[in-house]
Amino acid sequence: MTGDASPRPFRVLPAVTPDNEHFWTGGADGELRFLRCGACRYWIHPPAPICPSCLSRDVQPDAVSGRATVHTYTVNWQPWYPNLDPPYVVAIVELPEQAGLRLTTNIVGCEPDDVTIGMAVQVLFEDWDGVWLPFFEPTAEAWS
Amino acid sequence: MRAPEIGERKAVISGVGQSQIGRRIYRDPLDLTLDAALAAIADAGLTRDDIDGLATYPGNMKTPPGFSGVGITEVHDALRLELNWYAGGLEAPGQLGSVVNAVAAVATGLASHVLCFRTVWEASAQGDQGRAAVTTGGGGGGNYRATDFMQWTLPFGAPSAANWIGMMAQRHFHEFGTTREQLAQVALNGRRNAARNPNAIYRDPMSLDDYLSVRMVSTPLCLYDCDVPADGSTAVIVSRSDAAPDLRRPPVRIEAVGTALRGRPSWDQFDDLTTMATRDAAAMMWERTDLTPVDVDVAELYDGFSFITLSWLEALGFCGHGDGGPFLEAGRPMVGGGELPLNTHGGQLSAGRLHGYGFLHEACMQLWGEAGERQLDRRPEVAVAAAGGGPLAASLLLTT
Repeated sequence: MTGDASPRPFRVLPAVTPDNEHFWTGGADGELRFLRCGACRYWIHPPAPICPSCLSRDVQPDAVSGRATVHTYTVNWQPWYPNLDPPYVVAIVELPEQAGLRLTTNIVGCEPDDVTIGMAVQVLFEDWDGVWLPFFEPTAEAWS
Repeated sequence: MRAPEIGERKAVISGVGQSQIGRRIYRDPLDLTLDAALAAIADAGLTRDDIDGLATYPGNMKTPPGFSGVGITEVHDALRLELNWYAGGLEAPGQLGSVVNAVAAVATGLASHVLCFRTVWEASAQGDQGRAAVTTGGGGGGNYRATDFMQWTLPFGAPSAANWIGMMAQRHFHEFGTTREQLAQVALNGRRNAARNPNAIYRDPMSLDDYLSVRMVSTPLCLYDCDVPADGSTAVIVSRSDAAPDLRRPPVRIEAVGTALRGRPSWDQFDDLTTMATRDAAAMMWERTDLTPVDVDVAELYDGFSFITLSWLEALGFCGHGDGGPFLEAGRPMVGGGELPLNTHGGQLSAGRLHGYGFLHEACMQLWGEAGERQLDRRPEVAVAAAGGGPLAASLLLTT
């Protein structure tokens, strides 16, 4: 979302902690990671030290495929932050690994008007001072 | 399952009060709060010495600017109240969760007369610097890092409920074919009603063309789908039902409340993004009464964003899930063929963002027949006041 000629937009970054660093730094290895239950294999997001499905305390980070579909989205037109210029697309994407496994993100690599619900997207990462923000871009491949 | 006891019927609303309401009036939020508090106490026919409980939402918070600024402590001390019970905080079923806290305190005998209040000064906090001046982590300076829920949205330039509710509305549009013209009816209804409310902030007529041509904020929500930041305070007195002989007039009775959150406590992880906690709160409320939606004479339903009102209409059963758009477009016909007066004071979209309490205030005024120029021709006997959106919601079913 940055061009060489324009100043880098301001983004509020997350406070990286032992509880969430698997998510925010996985992009360094090209991996989108969530906590997963070692007992019943349920994916957990946001992170918690317990599996909400079977209540096992055996939860460890694991990588997903990085594929997703756009569950819903909005084209933001409000200038909230310096140089983060509208319009840009905020979306909730759902991952094929588990029904309801979702995250809020930006859809990049296409015009805002081209984003649709159900669109197939693929993760890509941007390094922001060691925080690897997961964005998603359209992909020709369809999955469900 | 029917609850064994509907304890909320041991509590009543005995008085309401409001401060000056406006844009950028630059008055101290405690000053505004005391205006509303003293007006409500007098309205109930009580005195300061009768107040033994205090409740508020969200408590004293310094950020975001203008969102609060007045907590329990300031009001307690300014009025030198002698309290048996008090509670303030953000972790509640929306803004009216604080009133339900008071109802619970009164019903359990912890207090007899609870002063509940909600104060905002968001217009003055923005000043002439616009919305970015009060955006979390805004300004691009400092070392602010997002935590908790905000860490999942702020890095993606989505700091506002306009973004989060916008995504819910978009999903609703996708699944049910809801349109902007339909959603517009919430804003247009509010503006029509605000014309008869001398305290409303925006009273000039608004047309559908006005709505459709104003700038977008976060699709499908335009500027007129977003409530107007305001300065003002609203206070409500919750009293023991057996205190009625001490009151200035017959109180408003509380038939049932709904405070449930059965889905996940999250704006983006909630199971069905075409609805909200409105679904759960409303379902619980109807489980606690023999009244049904056809019995409701007036609905005062939160409109922090127009889509939330649509969500409440569906959740409360005034129309089916997904039918909110056609329901609004048809001119608010109620189930059974009648009409459902909605947001009779103009709602937050036109009367100002008093953050939930304005709806309860208006419901009481209509039930008492004291709403002045905007009083409904047929004085209502049953009202719903509901506030909150996303994972925060509470509703109250009120009767004369």
